[in-house]
Amino acid sequence: MRKVYNKILSISGNVITVKAKDVSYEELAEVSTQQGKSLAQVIKLDEDTVYLQVFAGSRGISTDDEVRFLGRPMEVAFSDKMLGRIFDGSGMPRDKGPALTENLVPIAGPSVNPAKRIIPRNMIRTNIPMIDVFNSLVVSQKLPIFSVSGEPYNELLARIALQAEVDMIILGGVGLKHDEYLFFKDVLEEGGALNRSIFFIHTASDPVVEGLMVPDLSLAVAEQFALSGKNILVLLTNMTNFADALKEISITMEQVPSNRGFPGDLYSQLAARYEKAVDFEGAGSITILAVTTMPGDDVTHPVPDNTGYITEGQFYLRNGRIEPFGSLSRLKQLVNDKTRKDHRAIMDGMIQLYAEYKNTEEKRAMGFRMSPWDKKLLKYGRLFESEMMDLSVNTSLEKALDKGWNILSECFNPEETSFRTDLIEEFWPRKQQDTEDIKKKIDK
Amino acid sequence: MPERTGRIQSISGNLIAVKFQGSIIQNEVGFVVCGKERLKSEVIRISGDTAYMQVFESTKGLKIDDVVEFSGQMLSVQLGPGLLGQIYDGLQNPLPELAAKHGFFLKRGVFLNAIDFNSKWHFTPLVKPGDSVSAGMPLGYVPESIFKHYIMVPFYLSGSFSVEDIAAEGEYQIKDIIASIKDSQANKHNINMAFAWPVKIPITAYRQKLAPNESLITKVRIIDTFYPIARGGTYCIPGPFGAGKTVLQQITSRHAETDVVVIAACGERAGEIVDTLRTFPELVDPRTGKSLMERTIIICNTSSMPVAAREASVYTAATLGEYYRQMGLSVLLLADSTSRWAQAMREVSGRLEEIPGEEAFPAYLESRISEFYERAGLVELLSGENSSLTIGGTISPAGGNFEEPVTQATLKVVGAFLGLSRDRAEARKFPSIHPLESWSKYPSFIPAESAQEAKKILFKGNEVNQMMKVVGEEGTSLEDFIIYLKAEFLDSVYLQQNGFDEVDAVTSPERQEYVFTKVHKILSSDFLLEDKAPARDFFYQLRHMFIDWNYKEWDSQEFKEQEKEIDSFLKDRTGNKS
Repeated sequence: MRKVYNKILSISGNVITVKAKDVSYEELAEVSTQQGKSLAQVIKLDEDTVYLQVFAGSRGISTDDEVRFLGRPMEVAFSDKMLGRIFDGSGMPRDKGPALTENLVPIAGPSVNPAKRIIPRNMIRTNIPMIDVFNSLVVSQKLPIFSVSGEPYNELLARIALQAEVDMIILGGVGLKHDEYLFFKDVLEEGGALNRSIFFIHTASDPVVEGLMVPDLSLAVAEQFALSGKNILVLLTNMTNFADALKEISITMEQVPSNRGFPGDLYSQLAARYEKAVDFEGAGSITILAVTTMPGDDVTHPVPDNTGYITEGQFYLRNGRIEPFGSLSRLKQLVNDKTRKDHRAIMDGMIQLYAEYKNTEEKRAMGFRMSPWDKKLLKYGRLFESEMMDLSVNTSLEKALDKGWNILSECFNPEETSFRTDLIEEFWPRKQQDTEDIKKKIDK
Repeated sequence: MPERTGRIQSISGNLIAVKFQGSIIQNEVGFVVCGKERLKSEVIRISGDTAYMQVFESTKGLKIDDVVEFSGQMLSVQLGPGLLGQIYDGLQNPLPELAAKHGFFLKRGVFLNAIDFNSKWHFTPLVKPGDSVSAGMPLGYVPESIFKHYIMVPFYLSGSFSVEDIAAEGEYQIKDIIASIKDSQANKHNINMAFAWPVKIPITAYRQKLAPNESLITKVRIIDTFYPIARGGTYCIPGPFGAGKTVLQQITSRHAETDVVVIAACGERAGEIVDTLRTFPELVDPRTGKSLMERTIIICNTSSMPVAAREASVYTAATLGEYYRQMGLSVLLLADSTSRWAQAMREVSGRLEEIPGEEAFPAYLESRISEFYERAGLVELLSGENSSLTIGGTISPAGGNFEEPVTQATLKVVGAFLGLSRDRAEARKFPSIHPLESWSKYPSFIPAESAQEAKKILFKGNEVNQMMKVVGEEGTSLEDFIIYLKAEFLDSVYLQQNGFDEVDAVTSPERQEYVFTKVHKILSSDFLLEDKAPARDFFYQLRHMFIDWNYKEWDSQEFKEQEKEIDSFLKDRTGNKS
């Protein structure tokens, strides 16, 4: 039987200290208070003084409360019974189901040997043209959505979760508002995806420390399922809250802050999570989509900045649309040559024209006179925004490419675009009918 | 020697404090015994009877009073034949062998031999009994890849020695004794083909260090022509994320005219190094006809691998680079990214509760950075031969702001600065090296005056462009407008290069000289252009023809035909305005 200690020496922030022997680093303990039991984790050992971060927070802890060490690090159950279930930030059920205790695996395990990684090669279709056509999502990619508060990033995540071609979805929510959590639950339930999903939800009203565990829990479970052959999509929202929780703990521990109060190891901490994205040769894969809100819409803020150095591209979500500029999937080159031969041409060609439209739009706003070419661009830009960029557009990659040609032919003559002749011969729409359709839409 | 041990007193992250008895060496390696696992760690501070050690692995599960065994050795790497083509982690653990033994994950506490002790090498002696030798002098050689790998007197032996015995030509294993030498006190030293050397101590078994003066050809036009790097020199590539640092390093690692390339992937994405790991064995080195991997060593300590080993990885890379320099070879070390290395130092410094400097980086950041870059150099070996180690490091400045401590400390010690710009990267201008902010102190094979003139046009063109944004095209004089067009022309046909095209990605120095002469002539000519519209048309057409020209193979029939076309196009429009 493990020893029980009931003399807490200090309580500061969410960290308590006790004098104890034979405790190992990162071991778990259980703190019993008047409010109930909470898990705590060893974060520092100094001779016989043990520093514990208490998941439920230190509020209401009495100095003579009981601390019992469990002799094991943080673990999470892994079984098919988890599907459709909802857990909290310490791995306990948040729904009414039973707690799972079998087949426990440690969280935050070692990293994958780089020599065992393979070059990513499979695309994940989402039926969102701004992703599929312009910045394809690739199996084993780690990609954040850079956004600001108020943007529909959770709606976007939920839609990707419903439509992405994956076996399983694991949602890790850090600091979610309660209604956001309900939103995810309802959307996935309605879409019939709940039975292939697992939720680890930490809400804004839960103790901060619990939020720190959510990415690790989600990724540890994902890793086990991936090893058993499943393709997993892990959604993490919102990683800025995760970084803020890190900041809070490190300040409590009196660590020297580096940049705007964030700890010096923010990069390593974020990388340890994002780098769990992997494609196991001969088994499954983990793809990570995360939300990072940029405080003050500032991409040089430490959280988005460090994230950008770690992830393989980013989507900028602004004004309810995925911005074509700045958004980047670093891995798209690996897959978009195998879809359809006009894919890359449409991807580059349409964006170049859209950039020209943006310049024209600027000129127009400043009151310059519009040439016939400018007018064509304006028409093109508006069509592109409504038919491609709008988040409500829901269509397969092939249909989106066809639609791209239609928009182009509606606005320009073939020689005004920079497409190769052979592509124009094959794909440029000849039938009047196609363009008629679009015309009707615009008139509406 | 009695076994020296200590016991853990405190644990915080990857830093442990260890109480020891007797003596201890700064930077000594110790092993924490945790059940069956032995975790490598390094002494980084000593205070009284407490040693502070950074653990190169996860410290999960360690306890107070766990035993630490000291090795008496500083953190070292194995030097010997068989290093080329290897993929190591930051502590010289071979990753493919580790994967073969332990599968997908990096198991804690496992150490394998860095070089295969069982393979046989064909040894040819170069000395005979009675010869006088000293540290760094070759005793013989074995063939490795296309090089002669010299088996040298170990660098740690000081003084002069006389050869007692030397093995005859034949096949030997690494641990076979191939020579014995005697010092002045008649102490005998047996020598085999490998020995260890501490990574944090530079190898200095050469006669003298020389000033780098010869360019190292990278075949990237903007570098070679405008901001050259030198054999034995240093350079840095700072840039925000997405600006193409890693792509530029990859291209350099493929095409640079150098014998050996050491790639240190330090704290970056694993995905990027995978690209190199998987493609290099299949790419053919045009100079040798063998796979690129045979001239490459990869040190790979990606962002999720333990942070203390990340700190060690750049030293490991530098030591391996210096070792091959001792063989008369030209070595290029590419470190990506030095910011992650600096951050690793910051993490450890924070745990030691040192007084922080700017942005919490330790006060010794600058001296560590300069020590690292100072390991580069063109040297005259004891044999009189020259050889070089060139170091190029990328920097990932926080927020893309070059004012931060790592960039600033690096700029003080490097010979060339290739600053990448987010604007150019987003405009898909590759390489995104900023042509106005970058600099180099090294000479190029292009005459300095003409490069200077071209830079002046770029500078002026940029000024005109800025002005045009305010006054519009209408308010700009034709003369200024032409300067702007010339700058744009230079940028798109010469500074930019298509990294995906086989021909355009690789521009030989001969071709650079040839094409640049022509470009320079255009920049300094006057053209008969009446108005802005025809001027723009003229330069756009010219640009188109030059870009096509860039895609034609050097000296081929098509190359010559395209050139003729350009010449005749130019002839019609050239004149002297009076």
